[in-house]
Amino acid sequence: MTLLEAKGVVQTYGTLRALDGVAFSVAEGQFHGLVGPNGSGKSTLMKCIAGAEIAKEGAIRFSGTDITTLPPEQRAKLGISLKFQITSVMPNLTVYDNVLLALQAGDRLRDLVRSITRGGYHARIRETLARFRLVERSDDLAGILSHGQQQWLEIAMALVRRPKLLLLDEPTAGMSPEERWATAEILEPVRDHCAMVIVEHDLDFIRDICDRLTVLNQGVVVDSGTVSEIQNSEKVREVYLSRV
Amino acid sequence: MTLNPRGWPVILVLEVAVLAALLVMPAGLDHFWVIFVTRVMILALLAISFDLCWGYAGIMSFGQALFFGGAGYAVAVAARDLEITSVFVALPMAVAVGFVLSLFVGWFLLMTRFPPPIIFVALGTLTGSYIGQRLALSWYYLGGQNGIPSIPSLTVGDYPLYEGPEFYYMVLGLLLGIYLLCRWLVRSQFGLVLAGIRQQESRLTFLGYRVQAYKTIMFALAGSIAGLGGGLLAFHDGFIWPNSIGILLSTQAVIFVLFGGIGTLIGAVIGVGAIEYVGFELADRYPQIWPIILGALLLVVVMFRPTGLIGLLVPERERYGRFGKPPKNGEGDRDAA
Repeated sequence: MTLLEAKGVVQTYGTLRALDGVAFSVAEGQFHGLVGPNGSGKSTLMKCIAGAEIAKEGAIRFSGTDITTLPPEQRAKLGISLKFQITSVMPNLTVYDNVLLALQAGDRLRDLVRSITRGGYHARIRETLARFRLVERSDDLAGILSHGQQQWLEIAMALVRRPKLLLLDEPTAGMSPEERWATAEILEPVRDHCAMVIVEHDLDFIRDICDRLTVLNQGVVVDSGTVSEIQNSEKVREVYLSRV
Repeated sequence: MTLNPRGWPVILVLEVAVLAALLVMPAGLDHFWVIFVTRVMILALLAISFDLCWGYAGIMSFGQALFFGGAGYAVAVAARDLEITSVFVALPMAVAVGFVLSLFVGWFLLMTRFPPPIIFVALGTLTGSYIGQRLALSWYYLGGQNGIPSIPSLTVGDYPLYEGPEFYYMVLGLLLGIYLLCRWLVRSQFGLVLAGIRQQESRLTFLGYRVQAYKTIMFALAGSIAGLGGGLLAFHDGFIWPNSIGILLSTQAVIFVLFGGIGTLIGAVIGVGAIEYVGFELADRYPQIWPIILGALLLVVVMFRPTGLIGLLVPERERYGRFGKPPKNGEGDRDAA
């Protein structure tokens, strides 16, 4: 069943058409990779889905709701979660408090003021930190974690509320090969309750984890299909070969 | 580096020490100093209101005096023209005026679709304070540049509250109550949201928080506290004038907090006490050049100790605090296994 559907999405910056009528869809539980050369519009499309930017034309539907013009916090409430390209954990909060902050985002204001929910979240936070291999660092400030651990913490924050769709913008950027492998291993079990859209330059990682790929070039969808279909696509080959 | 190698809970120690000192001060001070410290405590309310804005919610407000002086003028006019002097009516009125004014300004400046830049909010609040000052200066009904003198005393029933020990302890009680309320709030889960806003505002939006609404709530709360301070000052001094609402006092609030230590609450109180006392002593000894000496001192502290005086004693970790209970070491290993 289709979870996310984008139709004719156009985004412009002055005279530049960063997205030019992009259409693509993501099914429930599907890991969908967005690939393409630099400047092809991958991150812009992610921003339009997450609400960081509003598409100039076209429509984006999520779980049957038109989210094209909704602000980011309302999209988050519907079940869309985002991990930024640049790591943006709270450096002066502990690792534990970073996850608590993400988890309590759906609480009512009066519950936050009275601090009545944090006790009930303890087990879930502990479980999440264990899954992301961060439990030993839970009392450390997030700012002193290694780059890879900050990436994991941010993914943990994005996943802790069990979203329906996770948007991952370059989740393994700056990671060692071991950390990349561990990231794929951590993400795999999420499939049963969460779909993903992943922008990533590491094609090995994309190949290992994604079910389908959409290739963008200059704001236009070049091709879309399974990993093996894309690997054999003449249109995709032309795009990449033309840049050599 | 701090001067706290033993890891004491320095903020708590400072809070208890300041409270103890304020409790016993009237017994050992003459009338002049009781009045002086009362004014310091009233200005501490203004400083706390700025600390809530900038130190906790990341709102650079250069206009806190608008709510302080606005409420001061409101209660002064009510006391002069309507004879409203009851502490149970006048002070809630001051809080309400501060709340309404700050909610209006906050709604306009903060409740935008995307988070406004800091400079937009800083200039917006500064402009608000400037408009308030110009209005007070030019409006005859508000006394023009002379302000409103001879404001009737605050009363409890038929009993008037003049400046002195009674007024002192009333202000101390209110300051303590407000301080404890703010302390509780900034250490609650709501406070965790504020800490997140201060560090990664845009990230909070994508987690599902209505960041601008949280900031507006804090701005209105801070405005209410400033309003209470302005109401108290009007009755304590018996007059109110345009400087109480203008950009000079707004800037002073910023300096109080930067000097004492931002984002700690107690730093705001200490900052007011330190600046007011040092300023008084310098003015007494060097009547011609004291502003230059005080300005240089402030500059040195702000440049070389951006965390303020409190940063000398309180470790960085203690200033940021902790909101949730972390698992014990090793506990998670068993879970992960």
